[in-house]
Amino acid sequence: MKLLAFAEQREGKFKKSAFEVTQTAKGIADKLGTELVVLVIGNNIEGIIPELGAYGATRVVAVQEERLQYYSTMAYAKITAEVASKEQATILFFPASQMGKDLAPRIAAKLSAGMAADCTALKIESGEIIASRPAYAGKVILDVKITSPVKIYTLRPNVFTAVAINGGKVSTEKYTPQLTDADFSARVTAVKVAEGRPDVTEASIIVSGGRGMKGPEHFNLIEKLADVLGGAVGASRAVVDAGWRPHDEQVGQTGKTVSPTLYVACGISGAIQHIAGMSSSKYIVAINKDKDAPIFQIADYGIVGDVFDVLPPLTEELKKTLGK
Amino acid sequence: MKFVACINHVPDTEAKIKIGSGGNAIDRTGVNYILNPYDEFAIEAALQLKEKKGGETFAVTLGGDSHKETLRKALAMGIDKVILLKDDSVRDSFSVAKALADELKKLTPDFIFFGKQSIDYNGEQLPGLVAEMLGIPSVSTVVKMSVEETKVICEREIEGGHEVVETSYPVVISAQKGLNEPRYPSLKGIMASKSKPIEERQPIAVPSAAEVVGMQKPPSKQSGKIVGTDATAVPELVRLLHEEAKVI
Ligand SMILES: Cc1cc2nc3c(=O)[nH]c(=O)nc-3n(C[C@H](O)[C@H](O)[C@H](O)COP(=O)(O)OP(=O)(O)OC[C@H]3O[C@@H](n4cnc5c(N)ncnc54)[C@H](O)[C@@H]3O)c2cc1C
Ligand SMILES: Nc1ncnc2c1ncn2[C@@H]1O[C@H](COP(=O)(O)O)[C@@H](O)[C@H]1O
Repeated sequence: MKLLAFAEQREGKFKKSAFEVTQTAKGIADKLGTELVVLVIGNNIEGIIPELGAYGATRVVAVQEERLQYYSTMAYAKITAEVASKEQATILFFPASQMGKDLAPRIAAKLSAGMAADCTALKIESGEIIASRPAYAGKVILDVKITSPVKIYTLRPNVFTAVAINGGKVSTEKYTPQLTDADFSARVTAVKVAEGRPDVTEASIIVSGGRGMKGPEHFNLIEKLADVLGGAVGASRAVVDAGWRPHDEQVGQTGKTVSPTLYVACGISGAIQHIAGMSSSKYIVAINKDKDAPIFQIADYGIVGDVFDVLPPLTEELKKTLGK
Repeated sequence: MKFVACINHVPDTEAKIKIGSGGNAIDRTGVNYILNPYDEFAIEAALQLKEKKGGETFAVTLGGDSHKETLRKALAMGIDKVILLKDDSVRDSFSVAKALADELKKLTPDFIFFGKQSIDYNGEQLPGLVAEMLGIPSVSTVVKMSVEETKVICEREIEGGHEVVETSYPVVISAQKGLNEPRYPSLKGIMASKSKPIEERQPIAVPSAAEVVGMQKPPSKQSGKIVGTDATAVPELVRLLHEEAKVI
């Protein structure tokens, strides 16, 4: 039994989730008294591998070639399954990111592995991993036990900690897979990245606006606050459906699931489907003029007031506090 | 050509969820079930592609008799044939995928559409599992798709942008909101759906690879502090965020 952690990188940069997955896997490997192997796939990745040392990695398997520059479902799945088998790793950790969620099920099918998706906590009971994961729009938390010999877990980004410690040395081994054209029969030909603010699933601060913002032209208030905080802009479904904001900003059951450190909800009522996507945020601030809005039931701090009165001075005050 | 939508029957998002007496499943009494919202995009994608390319559309679901309701909705939207893999037992995603893949092998579809995710267990597992079991490509969380002669070009959502993926068919596509605007069933469609047959089949039995051993309500958050009722509360809010929560 060994534990394999998939450290996600894009464009030669580790995602924050790579560190979360590595450090969490290291913690579990220590508790189970087993070895951790970290897998990195891509092109031009050698330079970044030592970064994993600060999160507990000591052995890294690196798979590097030009065709792996972009993420490719079938090739990445083949490589990961091969490395897992070669290493006799029977516990596999992935981030529940767009890459990890796409990749892990294909590997599960290859290795006949059971899977616990989008885990928010892991514990060990009688030598077995019990994974907690939200279901039914976050209305319940399931405890899942995997019964197959190979076990796969995907970890919700931003939930598990990644704190750099004085890292030890990382030893890197190269693995060269036999890849054929068939492994690239679904091929990424381009990546269109929106410039500017971070994505809601990756941001540690999100400022979200709802119908209370009254119109798309007022979202500059949300954007200014987000920019002062270095955060992302989020939106409720009501404003996405109205065409005020793009869908990739939507938070909630039919949008994205987020777990920032701070979530600021402005003019959002807090419908159950919205809460489903953001209730695992560490701190929630609500600004809403209706004192009975359900968002206040889950908010840590609230201002019962008009967003148009509160947002401009809030942005100014934060600028002062942050010395901007 | 053949176009299949795999669909699921799930509790309405407004449903009050209570934990059942066994402690590892929900109490279904009084819970209203609906067609999984994402699967409407899958059905719509199958219908639109048939309108363009010609052929036949199918909807497949694995579940108990209650899933017939969801198949009727698919028929009402315009799906030609529907199949119920009738099974009331508790299965994990791996076991459902095996049964679906077994049926899909016989159907030999050109395009298999899934929703991005079931909103009950939120697994986002089936599309990838089934594609791998069938040995065909898959593209998940697709928000845009165009089909040329043999080429399929998709855009899938990633953090902070989109990936453009080029592939061919047969292929598994999982639909994210934005791919299309699902149609409302017409009155004629609803009437016709009532008399159309639902084909029932026995899915292959495959043991589950994961089980739910416990279920809890999330720790209830105590309502927070109302800092104030107008802009004068701003300095105090900022102080709390800075000194108490230490998040800025
Ligand atoms: C299947 C399904 C899936 C769904 N998925 C999602 C999802 O993913 N994400 C999502 O967000 N929703 C989702 N919804 C929709 C959800 O039910 C709500 O309709 C939606 O979240 C409401 O958005 P809102 O809070 O912006 O608008 P509203 O509910 O209209 O709330 C506006 C709020 O703004 C406040 N307000 C108004 N003016 C001001 C002002 N000047 N200053 C301060 N406050 C003000 C009001 O008091 C009110 O509380 C889904 C619904 C269904 C049925
Ligand atoms: N029981 C089922 N029968 C057929 N298709 C299903 C079933 N459950 C889920 N699906 C499909 O798989 C997608 C992803 O589901 P999941 O992996 O459970 O999140 C759903 O959107 C459906 O398209």
